[in-house]
Amino acid sequence: MRLIKHKTTIDFLGATRRKVALAVSALVVVVSIVSLFTHERPLELGIDFTGGILLEVGYPEAADLEAIRSNLAEAGFEDAQVQRFGADNDVLVRLAPQEGIDPDELRENLRLTVAAGTAGVDLRRVEFVSPQVGKELTERGGLAMIIALLLIFIYVMVRFQWKFAAGAVAALAHDVVVTVGFFSIFRFPFDLTVVAAVLAVIGYSLNDTVVAFDRIRENFFKLRGVSAEESMNTSINEMLARTLITGATTLLVLVALLLFGGESIAPFSIALIVGIVVGTYSSIYTASATALALGVNAQDLLEPVKDPDLIDDLP
Amino acid sequence: MNKYPVWLNVLVVSILIAGILFALPNLYGSAPAVQLADADRNAISEGQLDNYVRSLSNDGIEPEDAYLKDGRAVIRFNSIEDQQRSGELLRSRYKGEANVALTLAPKLPPWVRAIGLNPMSLGLDLRGGIYVLLEVDMATAIENRMRSYEQDIDDRLREARIRHRVELRDGIVTVRLTSADQLEQVRQIIVNADPNLLIGDGADGRSLTMRMTEAQIKERQDFAIEQNMTTLRNRVDQLGVAEPLVQRQGVDRIVVQLPGVQDPTELEKILTATATLEFRMVDVTGDSSGSRRYPGRDQEAPQVLMREVVASGDEIVDAGFTFTPEGQPAVSITLNSAGGDRMLANTQQNLGKLMSTLFIEWREETVQRGGVTETRKVKTEEIINSATIRGVFKNKFQITGMTQLEARDLAVLLRAGALAAPVYKVDERTIGPSLGQDNIDRGFRAIQIGFIAVIFFMALYYRWFGMIANVALLSNLVFIVAVLSLLGASLTLPGIAGIVLTVGMAVDANVLIFERIREEIAAGTSPQAAINSGYEKALSSIADANITTLIAAIVLLAFGTGPIKGFAITLMIGILTSMFTAIVGTRAIVNFAFGGRKIASVPV
Repeated sequence: MRLIKHKTTIDFLGATRRKVALAVSALVVVVSIVSLFTHERPLELGIDFTGGILLEVGYPEAADLEAIRSNLAEAGFEDAQVQRFGADNDVLVRLAPQEGIDPDELRENLRLTVAAGTAGVDLRRVEFVSPQVGKELTERGGLAMIIALLLIFIYVMVRFQWKFAAGAVAALAHDVVVTVGFFSIFRFPFDLTVVAAVLAVIGYSLNDTVVAFDRIRENFFKLRGVSAEESMNTSINEMLARTLITGATTLLVLVALLLFGGESIAPFSIALIVGIVVGTYSSIYTASATALALGVNAQDLLEPVKDPDLIDDLP
Repeated sequence: MNKYPVWLNVLVVSILIAGILFALPNLYGSAPAVQLADADRNAISEGQLDNYVRSLSNDGIEPEDAYLKDGRAVIRFNSIEDQQRSGELLRSRYKGEANVALTLAPKLPPWVRAIGLNPMSLGLDLRGGIYVLLEVDMATAIENRMRSYEQDIDDRLREARIRHRVELRDGIVTVRLTSADQLEQVRQIIVNADPNLLIGDGADGRSLTMRMTEAQIKERQDFAIEQNMTTLRNRVDQLGVAEPLVQRQGVDRIVVQLPGVQDPTELEKILTATATLEFRMVDVTGDSSGSRRYPGRDQEAPQVLMREVVASGDEIVDAGFTFTPEGQPAVSITLNSAGGDRMLANTQQNLGKLMSTLFIEWREETVQRGGVTETRKVKTEEIINSATIRGVFKNKFQITGMTQLEARDLAVLLRAGALAAPVYKVDERTIGPSLGQDNIDRGFRAIQIGFIAVIFFMALYYRWFGMIANVALLSNLVFIVAVLSLLGASLTLPGIAGIVLTVGMAVDANVLIFERIREEIAAGTSPQAAINSGYEKALSSIADANITTLIAAIVLLAFGTGPIKGFAITLMIGILTSMFTAIVGTRAIVNFAFGGRKIASVPV
C-alpha cells in the first residue's frame, strides 16, 4: 500500500513557499511567546513546580464540586482549587504552599473536609511538595533543555557541519517554544511529565531532521551540477513518505495513550502529540530552510582532501 | 545473496531465547505473602525459615511456598485470609526477633527462582505507597559539632589554667584571652584538640577563632546523612514494610519509599521526630552552675544533671544488647575517640558517682499565636537510665540496671535512634492502592491498543515486510521487559509511557529500510540487491536518528527526578533493543524467508 506517491515533487524550499513557511513559523512562535509573557501565570504549573498540596479524591458517585468548595471555604481553605479529574466522581483539590503551617496537619484537615458528609470516599493520591523543591525542579528542567540542545548542536556539527547544526537547533527551539506555548495558550496543566515529553520531542524532531540531513548529504554528492536548494528539495521529497509514516505510527500510539492511559498521563500525551506534529513540520520547513539561508552547499560537507604528495615531501 | 551465516542466525535465536527467559517471571502474577526480616539485620537461616513454617502449620496454615530471598524469609499463601492470620501469628511469636511485613510475592515456579530470575518490580505509582523526600538540617548538625569543640577547648584551657572566655556564634568559636602572652600556647592546645580546625587571629590581638574546614563540614555532613539513614532504615523496618527503600539523594537529602503503606500519619511518628542521646553526670549537690533538673521516663527517677556533656549520641559508634558475666542484662557501648577521651577523664574523676543517659527528642509543633499559625521545634528531654560508674573506662563500656527488655530497647535506640541532625520533609507523595491498580490497567491498555494499531498499520502498509517488522516489534517489547527485570528497575507509569512511545518510534528503523528498498526497486534494482542495499544504505540514517534520541534520553536521566527517570530508562532501553530487533532481527527473518533464492518481486 502507498499513501504517498512514489515520486513527489513538492517544492518545499521554493522562494514563495519558504517565505510562507517562515511567516507561519514566526507567527506561531510569536503567539506562543506573547502568551507566555502576557498571562499573569505563563503556564498552569503543576505542584511539582509551585509546591503545595494536592489531593485526588474518588467519590462513590458524581461529586458536587460546589458543595466541596463551600465545605473547604468553611474550613478556611478559601483559595483551594477544586476541579474534576477525568471521571465525574474523581476530584482534584489543590492548595498553594502555606507558610508556616505543619503540612501533616494541613493534609489531615483537608482530608477530613473533602470526606465530610460522604461515606466511602477514597483518597487516591496525596502530594505535598515544598516550594523549595519546586524551584529546584524548575531550574533543573530548564537546564536539562539547554544542555540537551547544546549536546545536539555539537553532535550535528561533528556529524555534519555547523550550518546544519544551526538549522537543527533552530528547528528544535521552534518546537520547544511552540509546544510550551500551546500549553500556555490552552491552559493545559504543565507538570514534570510535560518536561519529559518536551525533551522526548526534542529527541524525536531531531531524529526527523537528521534523517533528512543524511539524505541531503547523500544527494549533495550524487546530484552534481544541481543547486543546493534543488538538491535539498529532492532529499526532503524522497524522505517524505518515511517522515509521515513514522509520524503516523508514533501519533497512533500517543492517541492510544491519551485516550486510555488515564488523566494523569494526559498532559504528557498532549505535549508529545503537539510536539510531534510541530516537529514533523519543522524538520521539513524550518531545519533545511535555516541551513539554506545560512548558505549551505556541497562544499561544506566535503572532507578536506589530503594531498598524498605532502607525505612524500616529509623528511 | 542475503544469507546470514549460521552463527549469526544462532546468535539471534539465542538472544531471543534469553530475552524470553528473562521476561518469563513477569507472566506468573503474584500472591499474598508474608516477609520476615531479622530485627538485628542478620540474614535469616534455613533453620529459622523451617521454624516459621512449622509454627504456622501447627495452627493449620499450610503455606503455598516458603523461601529465602536477600536474607529475608518469604512465605506465600493461597488467600489473603491465610496471609493476614499468619502475619498476626508470626508477629506475636517472633516479636523483637523478626520484623513481619505483609506483601505480594511473585508466584514463580521453583526452577525459575532457582536460577535467580525475578520479575520487574512495580513503582509506587503502580502499587500504591508513600514516597518521602527528607532534608537533613545541616546547620544544626554543624552547630552541634562546634558546640562540642567549644566545650572541649573550654575544658582543656581550664585544665591548663589559662584565663579565657569562649563563645560560639554562627559556627565559629572565639576564644578570648586576658592578654596576648598565652596566644601561642592556646593555639597549640587547639591544634592538639583537632589539627584540622581552621584557626584565625582575632582583630583585638588577644583572641583566636576556630571553625571547621570545608572538608570537615563535608565529612560531618556525610556522617549525619549516614547516621540518619541507618536510623530511618531501622525505624522503617519496625513499621513492617516489605520492600522499603532508604536512599541518599544529593548532598543533604534522603529518599524514603514505603510500598503498600497507606496512612501517612503512621509515618509521621517515626519520621518527623528526631532524637539524640547525651551522657551526663548527676549533680548530687545540685548547685553546680548550669545544672538542671530533668524528668525521668516511665519509672525512671528524675535527676539534676550537670551542664557538661560527657558524650553524645553522635559519638556512639556501636551499641548492642549483652549480658554481664554475672548474667545481668546490659547494653554495650562503643564511643569514638573524642568521646572515649572525655569518658576516660570523666570516669577517673567520678568513680562511684551516678551518670545518666538523657534522651532528647525534637518534634515539629504547630501553634496558634494571635491568629497566626506557626511551626516551631519542640524539644523533649527525659532521663532513660542512671547508673553508678563502677570502674574507669574509655570508649567501650556497659550500662546495667535494666530489665532485659529495657536493655534490648535501649541498645536499638542507641545504635539507631541517635539522630545527630534533625530532618525535614520537603516532598511527600501518597498513592492509594485503587489508583495504583487503575494506573496499571490503563497503562497496559494503552500499550495493547497502541501496539495493535501499529501492527495493523504496518501489515497493511508493508505487507509481508510489515509482518516481519511486527515480529521485531513484539520481540522488542519482550526485550524491554527482560532488560527491566534483569536490571531490577521498577516500572512506573511514565515508564509505561516510555514503552508506548518506543512502540511507535521503534518501527522507524524499519520504515527507513523498507522505504529505501522501495526506492531501490523503483530505480530498477533486482529484488535481492534491493533488499541488500535497502538495509545497508538506511543504516547510517538509523544510527544518527537513534543516537540523537539517545542524547535526549541521557539528559533526561541525568537531570530528571523520580517520574522522569522512569521514562528516561525505558526510553533508553527501548531505543537500544529496537536497534537490534529492527536491524538484525528483521534482517535475519528476511534472509531466512527471501534470501538465497530467486524471487520475482519484493513484498514490501
